[in-house]
Amino acid sequence: MSIIDIKHVNVDFPEKENKVVHAVHDVSLQVEKGDIYGIVGFSGAGKSTLVRTVNLLQKPTEGEITVNGNTFIKAGKQVISNKKLQVERRKIGMIFQDFNLLNEVTVVENVAFALKHAGLNDEELEKRSLELLDLVDLKDKANAYPVELSGGQQQRVAIARALANKPNILISDEATSALDPQNTQQILDLLKKLNTKLNLTVILITHEMDAVKKICDKVAVMENGQIIENGELRQIFLHPKKALTKRFVGGSLETINTLNSLHLDTLNKNEAIYQLVYSIANVTKSIIIDLYKKIGVEVSMLYGNVELLNDEPIGTLVVMVKGDQEKRTKTVRFLKQEEVTVTRLDEKGNPYD
Amino acid sequence: MISWFSKYFPNVVQLGWSGDAGWGTSIFQTLFMTFWSAIFGGILGIIFGVILVLTNEDGIRPNKFWFNVCDKIVSIFRAVPFVIMLAFIAPVTQKIVGTQIGMKAALIPLTLGVFPFYARQVQVALESVDQGKIEAAQSLGATVKDIIFDVYLSESRSELVRVSTVTIISLIGLTAMAGAIGAGGLGNTAIAYGYNRFDNDVTLVATVLVIILIFIVQIVGDFFAKRLNHQSR
Repeated sequence: MSIIDIKHVNVDFPEKENKVVHAVHDVSLQVEKGDIYGIVGFSGAGKSTLVRTVNLLQKPTEGEITVNGNTFIKAGKQVISNKKLQVERRKIGMIFQDFNLLNEVTVVENVAFALKHAGLNDEELEKRSLELLDLVDLKDKANAYPVELSGGQQQRVAIARALANKPNILISDEATSALDPQNTQQILDLLKKLNTKLNLTVILITHEMDAVKKICDKVAVMENGQIIENGELRQIFLHPKKALTKRFVGGSLETINTLNSLHLDTLNKNEAIYQLVYSIANVTKSIIIDLYKKIGVEVSMLYGNVELLNDEPIGTLVVMVKGDQEKRTKTVRFLKQEEVTVTRLDEKGNPYD
Repeated sequence: MISWFSKYFPNVVQLGWSGDAGWGTSIFQTLFMTFWSAIFGGILGIIFGVILVLTNEDGIRPNKFWFNVCDKIVSIFRAVPFVIMLAFIAPVTQKIVGTQIGMKAALIPLTLGVFPFYARQVQVALESVDQGKIEAAQSLGATVKDIIFDVYLSESRSELVRVSTVTIISLIGLTAMAGAIGAGGLGNTAIAYGYNRFDNDVTLVATVLVIILIFIVQIVGDFFAKRLNHQSR
């Protein structure tokens, strides 16, 4: 059974003049134990609202939510008592973009706050709090106040606090979005380590595909309150179906910036730009030479990059293909046979319609 | 020095230190009224402030009924001018204290006069606590009690000290009016022994003493507000 089971969940926010905003619209999602499940989308897509229904920080309007085998919501109604919910919430850790530490108490007291109902005496409480700080390498900052710490350190305190009651789920709500790249990397590595070491199920909400690529093994893409595509990260990355997914996967800012700097606004009708995404392990032939030899199209490279997708090297190429319509169709067919994901782009780097 | 003082402030000296009209007595009365009504009004104000924040629409236990009840009580008591309040609740005072006049009797109207003012300030202070901290506490399985004490009150403590300072200062102002029901205090000295008898030296000294008292409260309040604040560097 899935550790988190979300079925047909809706979250509506009433607005003025009897209008309703459907922040989350008929979403179903199953998360299995041990997953690192990424949820990506632009801001306002509803990803935060969706995961906040998992620990009922957000009450859904409709649907069913079951976590750790306990049903929280059935037919849109809360079916768990507030008291029991408090206990269940301790099994679902959560970290936030703004860290949300208590600023008026020290770091170790922040962790101890989470352990208030763990039935520990003062000595055990301090010992356990320090152990948790040790887990995130911040034992030496135990008596500092949060404001004296850097953003990355504050987020690590938040992680220690979230893990205090030994949860088996950790929800990360844009937890790296306020951090610089180095701290982001550190936090992501830590999440991965916790996932492996404690068999922690992680839900990672982010608008940065890079974070997902680094550690997730599954991903869901959200747009306008709905999950438009989800599954294994590799599958989604190599064979994206929806335009937005393709954009998240390949149409990175870097690609778009590169294309814009080339000023390609004068493409003639025999030229077209394609984005090729492929697993380096699968494509060993020199496909570009093959294309010239077999089909007779000229292929020039505009942009190239290799990145690690959960430790698997994945290549992205943006190429300009010169040849008539027929040859270009053949080109695309050939590339698809070679397990290359081909997306036609316009001269600005956006998916071509 | 002393002779100089008795030359320019003859009536001040004449009032003496102890005795019904003495300076020591009136200082004690002011401090007594300020202290106890600050305690009672403070407790009531915090209770009402907390209930208002918890039961508010986006509070952690939204409840329209209790929110409205508390909100209306606070609004109504705030709307009554203090001098009128003194007279208006005299029968209630009689029931609780057994008398309508004097220092102890003044505690009832003072408490009722100050708590709505304080409740609103507490409400604003608590609402200034970042909603994210409340959510983080909820996600950790914190109880309502934990959230009230360890998040709302603890995180806003510096702000609470600040609004308490403001409240105590305005309370000192109210105690001056309590003289109207024979509660004594520095305000009463200024009016009854100074103004009414055309002894301006008495009014001046009483005023200076009130100002000194207010300065002390302000300085102590500022010190603790700063000391307790770890929100920013």
